[in-house]
Amino acid sequence: MEIKLLTEHYDKKEFRFIEGYKKLGGYETLKKAFSLKPEEIINEVKASGLRGRGGAGFPTGVKWSFLPQNGEKRYLLCNADEGEPGTFKDRLMMERAPHQLIEGMIISAYAINSPKSYIYVRGEYNYPIKVLEKALQEAYDAGYLGKNILGSGFDHDMDIYRGAGAYICGEETGMISSLEGKKGQPKLKPPFPAIKGYLGQPTIVNNVETLAAVKYIIRDGAEAYRKYGTEKSAGTKLFSVSGNVNKPGTYEVPLGYPLMDLINNECGGMKNGAKLKAVIPGGSSAPILTAEEVQKTTMDYECLAQMGSMLGSGAVIVMDDSNCMVDMLKVTLHFYHHESCGQCTPCREGTGWIHKIVSSIVNGEGRLQDIDLLEKIAQQMMGRTICALSDAAAMPTLGFITKFKDEFEFFVREGRSKVKEVRAHA
Amino acid sequence: MFKLSDEGINFVKKELARYETKRSAIIPCLYRVQKENDGWVSPESVSYLSELMELPEAWINEVLNFYTMFNKKPVGKLHVQVCNNISCCMLGARELTDHLCKTFNVKPEEISEDGKITISKVECLGSCDTAPMMQINDDYHENLTPGSAEKIIKGMLNGN
Repeated sequence: MEIKLLTEHYDKKEFRFIEGYKKLGGYETLKKAFSLKPEEIINEVKASGLRGRGGAGFPTGVKWSFLPQNGEKRYLLCNADEGEPGTFKDRLMMERAPHQLIEGMIISAYAINSPKSYIYVRGEYNYPIKVLEKALQEAYDAGYLGKNILGSGFDHDMDIYRGAGAYICGEETGMISSLEGKKGQPKLKPPFPAIKGYLGQPTIVNNVETLAAVKYIIRDGAEAYRKYGTEKSAGTKLFSVSGNVNKPGTYEVPLGYPLMDLINNECGGMKNGAKLKAVIPGGSSAPILTAEEVQKTTMDYECLAQMGSMLGSGAVIVMDDSNCMVDMLKVTLHFYHHESCGQCTPCREGTGWIHKIVSSIVNGEGRLQDIDLLEKIAQQMMGRTICALSDAAAMPTLGFITKFKDEFEFFVREGRSKVKEVRAHA
Repeated sequence: MFKLSDEGINFVKKELARYETKRSAIIPCLYRVQKENDGWVSPESVSYLSELMELPEAWINEVLNFYTMFNKKPVGKLHVQVCNNISCCMLGARELTDHLCKTFNVKPEEISEDGKITISKVECLGSCDTAPMMQINDDYHENLTPGSAEKIIKGMLNGN
């Protein structure tokens, strides 16, 4: 069953504007936050077990506590560069509940003592940016941003930065490079952004959903938040479900929720009663699960790790048996090849090669040894680069060819898809 | 010679003062140039912007060439970008793209002879629950069929 914490008021239009938001309890948590010491907020977030909702799943409170204990100016960056294929939950949050994000950000900024934050939004998200700009102005006019907020003595300025089309800017150091006005290439870690980030200053980068969740953790307390989810995966999570289901969309369920329930209950089952073939559980970087594996999957960090996949951004792509897996891998790899920033050789060359090899199979020019070659290249692309994009291309490759080897072999042998005709497109 | 409007020049000045460093203003200023230059950024407009912003041309080119939303060559008045990523492809995005290219007699990424339309295949636009979908200039159009997409574009072409 859905637990509507962050999405409770999504359907109410007035929630998008400050008056309606306040009527529904908005900015009350900010007042509560100012009655607490910053360390108390950090401790509460730590105790809640909240983990980053953008993809990496790193504990938020722990990330915050990496900041150096000194007077250096620190920045808070909200990662709204939602680009992982299959993911659209943050867009909905910005459109439907912009003040919820802003309130969560002010509370988080207060906790880490940051005078300045940016919301880095992907360039294509024109409409969400417009909604956010209006909300930001409303928050300034109401005195929730600027100098001496609500008489707390805390000053904070917030701004929006529009990206310009690059998946890699969702990687936190890539985002920092981009915000600095450069190409969005990731930086070598360490030093981590918490030590040396935007313009060399300590910087915390958190996802939209993570920052919004902070508001609810402070409102209800860590213990109440922990009532949802599992021991290691606390709280609720927004899942973006797409593909061959009756009701694709964003659903908020407690972590640990059975994947089959998400498909059958929230999403109304498979479209046209088709047979489930596979699910990509956490965005296209997450290794695919077979129908059999899906039956025993619960949507939490530990179960998906155990299944050799990952929760990622919570983008669930559901596939029925009309999908050709060789074709789907080709589409996936085109993306990673296109989005590689070109900085590290294993990624720049590797993503190109594996895409070329899968394309040649789809074109009926595959050789049997190509399947082993794909595996070999993918293995060599992992753990050898500055950021995780190379791994993000290699992992699904290994997943597809291991779990659907018969389809790859059939395609090579027969020169056509085992599932359906795959046409060459313009 | 390309020149920004007075309003555009004021925009650039404001953006230069808006962020912690002047360099951060490059992305927003390139958007502005693109908007005032029929949807693309020409080499001469880069030189112009470099002088206006008092920043090296190389810095501006670095940004221009890295990000996909800046067009380095002319595009049609309607820039139709069809998502060709996984969820959209599962639900017919490629067939949709083929249909549009054929109907409007234009190859992907190329500009039509009359300069009115460019159809591009792009990566995930974050609207996978409404697949297949496309972005035309600034706006999303969702839950498409080849027929409905064709109708939307024809309506816009006639309106222009």
